[in-house]
Amino acid sequence: MARMKFLCDADRCIECNACVTACKNEHEVPWGINRRRVVTLNDGKPGERSVSMACMHCTDAPCAAVCPVNCFYTTADAVVLHSKDLCIGCGYCFYACPFGAPQYPRVGNFGSRGKMDKCTYCAGGPEADFSTIEYEKYGSNRLAEGKLPLCAEMCSTKALLAGDGEMIAQIYKERVIKRGYGSGAWGWKTAYRETVAI
Amino acid sequence: MRRGLTLFRTIVVAAALAASAPAMAQQTKDGLNPTGQNPTADSVNEEFLFKQDPKIVGRVTIPDGKAASLIQPQGRDYRAFRESWLPWIGGLAVLGAIALLAGFYLWRGRIKLERGPDSGKKILRFGTFERVTHWMTSSCFIILSLSGLNYIFGKRLLAPVIGPDAFAVVSQYAKYAHIYLAWPFMLGIALMFVVWLKDNIPNRIDWHWIKAGGGLIGNGHPHAERFNAGQKMVFWMVVGFGTAMSVTGLMMIFPFVLTDITGMQVMQVVHSLIGVVFIAGILAHIYIGSVGMEGAYDAMGSGKVDLGWARSHHDLWVEKEIGKVDHGTRRPVRPVPAE
Repeated sequence: MARMKFLCDADRCIECNACVTACKNEHEVPWGINRRRVVTLNDGKPGERSVSMACMHCTDAPCAAVCPVNCFYTTADAVVLHSKDLCIGCGYCFYACPFGAPQYPRVGNFGSRGKMDKCTYCAGGPEADFSTIEYEKYGSNRLAEGKLPLCAEMCSTKALLAGDGEMIAQIYKERVIKRGYGSGAWGWKTAYRETVAI
Repeated sequence: MRRGLTLFRTIVVAAALAASAPAMAQQTKDGLNPTGQNPTADSVNEEFLFKQDPKIVGRVTIPDGKAASLIQPQGRDYRAFRESWLPWIGGLAVLGAIALLAGFYLWRGRIKLERGPDSGKKILRFGTFERVTHWMTSSCFIILSLSGLNYIFGKRLLAPVIGPDAFAVVSQYAKYAHIYLAWPFMLGIALMFVVWLKDNIPNRIDWHWIKAGGGLIGNGHPHAERFNAGQKMVFWMVVGFGTAMSVTGLMMIFPFVLTDITGMQVMQVVHSLIGVVFIAGILAHIYIGSVGMEGAYDAMGSGKVDLGWARSHHDLWVEKEIGKVDHGTRRPVRPVPAE
């Protein structure tokens, strides 16, 4: 089984936000929820870089550890998913998540946040694959169809890479060697406790 | 004519670009862009940004300001506190308090009501308003404690017994209880502060009470006014911790209104740490007000206590109260005969 990861090549990301839009459309994500977002660093200054960020599907995920009802589980592909039936919307996963991935339909509304929503790596949820209820709660299940997450699939500059960790690290390494520079695999040290050595 | 000119211009520009393309490619081959600068030389990278700040924050084009925080590795510290430290601290505080009280009970036993010349007569200690306030706050406190402890220990103790689905339902209602009962609790803290502040100002008598061991250790009865030093400590603990719990709790009920992710983590840590110590303190309060001392419960139960008990535990207060009646200056607090 693969160990699925995301890698955003910030030297290629042009902050077009197509990954964000594709994700919203593919999963019919409601208003106010961003499973993926693009953050621009050093905005307007020399060396500006943009990073597309979503749930990194961490090794030993902090969200899963702090959850008071243990609603998280990790799939055989190392994708971190959760059950909206068990989630009580306490918000702890957002405090623990290094990447700000967990989203709530009603943040700030008297603590009644609603069921947490986050990037599923286009892998659905605990319900049966391709069922209506799975789509309604978690969005489409592309992984079960043999496809990779849509955000990375349709990235115009191929900045966002998704797939087996070793494979995408290899692709990134080759790029860096060929072009002679690279600002690194953003978030990898925090998410996977390793980085892409070049 | 005009269209032809535009087309010509486009072709010229395209040809010029095509001609310069190999030159650009030539320059980028050795890591340089057309301006002659190495693009990595001034590009931001994670290592550099983490040296400046423990978290990486940028700019986002969506209205959700929290999304601008790209990486906050301190989430792992929050996790370490919540999962590695808090269960031990909380367990130790609550079970430790129970063990200490059990030990005290075995050593001291129930403090008996001493029969005096006034025993059998009753004196009003807490009026209806005071008792309603106390029980509103305390019943909220009990539910808040249990639902609060559920956040820490529920998945470890309750979930294995009743199963994950039932536990999720229980936890959902516990969360609602925790959030909504916080409001009458906060009201109760405020009311108790106003009602009992004047009787809880520390003074010299308290110092003597503490030096005499408060009558808990030994058998003497040091002088005390309406509240002895121990009760004053409970009052100030409830007011202090209650305020701290209210402030940190409100910050969590309205997340990210006044603070950022770091602030939210700090609020959680403070709320949980004070919470478990508060529970331990209140366990001692419950003990001495119920099984620990004969006659003490009546003060908050019926509101009327045995005059003999009052004379031995709150002598100065009784003198004052009876004095008031004798001079007919205030509400009737005269000793009423036992039914």
